[in-house]
Amino acid sequence: MSDNEVLISVKDLCKHYNMGAIKALDGITTDIKKGEVVVIIGPSGSGKSTFLRSLNLLERPTAGSITFEGVDITSPKTDINKLRMKMGMVFQHFNLFPHLSIIDNMTLAPVKLLKMSKEDARNKAQQLLDKVALGDRGNAFPSQLSGGQKQRIAIVRALCMSPDVLLFDEPTSALDPEMVGEVLDVMKDLANDGMTMVVVTHEMGFAREVGSRVIFMDEGRIIEEGTPDEIFTNPTNGRLKSFLAKVL
Amino acid sequence: MYIGCKVPYVVLALPSWLQQLKDDFTLNFIDDKRYMYLVKGLGATLEITFFAVLLGIALGVVAAIIRSSHDKTINDMRPGFGKVLLKVLNAIVKVYLTIIRGTPVVVQLMITYYIIFASSTNQIMIAVLAFGFNSGAYVAEIIRSGIMSIDNGQFEAGRSLGFNYVQTMTYIIIPQAFKNVLPALANEFIVLIKETSISGYVGIQDLTRGGDVIRSRTYSAFMPLLAVAAIYLLIVVFFSKLVSILERRLRNSER
Ligand SMILES: Nc1ncnc2c1ncn2[C@@H]1O[C@H](COP(=O)(O)OP(=O)(O)O)[C@@H](O)[C@H]1O
Ligand SMILES: [Mg+2]
Repeated sequence: MSDNEVLISVKDLCKHYNMGAIKALDGITTDIKKGEVVVIIGPSGSGKSTFLRSLNLLERPTAGSITFEGVDITSPKTDINKLRMKMGMVFQHFNLFPHLSIIDNMTLAPVKLLKMSKEDARNKAQQLLDKVALGDRGNAFPSQLSGGQKQRIAIVRALCMSPDVLLFDEPTSALDPEMVGEVLDVMKDLANDGMTMVVVTHEMGFAREVGSRVIFMDEGRIIEEGTPDEIFTNPTNGRLKSFLAKVL
Repeated sequence: MYIGCKVPYVVLALPSWLQQLKDDFTLNFIDDKRYMYLVKGLGATLEITFFAVLLGIALGVVAAIIRSSHDKTINDMRPGFGKVLLKVLNAIVKVYLTIIRGTPVVVQLMITYYIIFASSTNQIMIAVLAFGFNSGAYVAEIIRSGIMSIDNGQFEAGRSLGFNYVQTMTYIIIPQAFKNVLPALANEFIVLIKETSISGYVGIQDLTRGGDVIRSRTYSAFMPLLAVAAIYLLIVVFFSKLVSILERRLRNSER
């Protein structure tokens, strides 16, 4: 799957608050390659969300650069909306649009932004719904769904835009334990289909099984980075060891 | 005697107070077709209210978007033309809100009529503008509170799909905000219907003035003024009912 082509290149990324008193990101450099599943782990407050949200500029970095498909997205001349269409995002709290039916949640962006015909968009949405075993819920509203179902919808809503990368910020943290599996299964299928994914999660089983690379962050920096095997089986860094001791 | 004789007796000789009411009614509404003052007045009241509501919503939505956009994004905006424009627009809106909410609507109406449009004779249009601009200020604050009450995650979800700021507002935030503030908006329009009753100050023959004209012709206040009150009450009750039906529908669409 992975053909070594760099999709997102991050250099010396910093995000400071209060004139530098708080360094949410303190110099992050990494490349995300096509087809990779990059899993980001680390203690709470270590900057995982800030990093992920910088990738599609929901957070504006204070310094450093992010290149996506060869375009410097932090440059003022870049049309960030165009780029965001190719970067899907899945949130901890789903953020489905409560005033729209499931099918409308999914077709709104393709119809308005990609100028897809309503019919094509619906067909595509229906195919994706079938894929996540929610084919019969298209006319339901978000409030009628369980958390696990909402998150599966959120994933396929992002997929309706045919993105080149999907960003997940703790997609299972708001779910009841019995619903975590159904969401992780969908993500696993996506990974197997070759989707490029950046996933912030506390699900170490998922990181180990599905991740092609694991990044351990603390205090706004990348402390360790490597294959799941390197990170989980033979951790050398002290902070990583004590973090893993707490979560495993 | 038989019962048959009693019936015409009752009809012909009404108790005196009832007879008085009947005479009063005839004098105030039937003679000289005086009821037409109420009919025409009601027409003017409804016309003014309807168009003022439309204008108020349009102004209110625009003002609310400017205010909340400013408050939400000004700190994250890059310096440039957009930022300056937003600051200027926000300042204009703030002045508008302060003036409208800081002065009595009757004074605003008179200023609109006697100063701003002194040369115009289209009274209804002047009233629509005065009440529309007035209502817009209150609608703006209602809708702004609605926008601010929407979870920021909704906004981020919209932006992350690739919608720009205005599209996110239009397709995602405003529809939800509007739904949340519908009761408050309905209340504002009920207030507006009643507020148009001051239109007589600038010589507009609205419902209230219609009743007052009858009173001045017949020297009898009871009937015309109660009729006017009853008509306002009916409209308001009817409108409230309509809104509660709409509210229920909107709510059902989320269940
Ligand atoms: N708006 C903000 N103002 C000040 N500090 C912030 C703000 N947002 C995040 N931070 C700080 O940045 C750090 C990283 O936060 P975050 O990226 O959410 O961590 P994580 O997702 O790993 O838990 C935290 O210390 C947090 O308190
Ligand atoms: Mg986080």
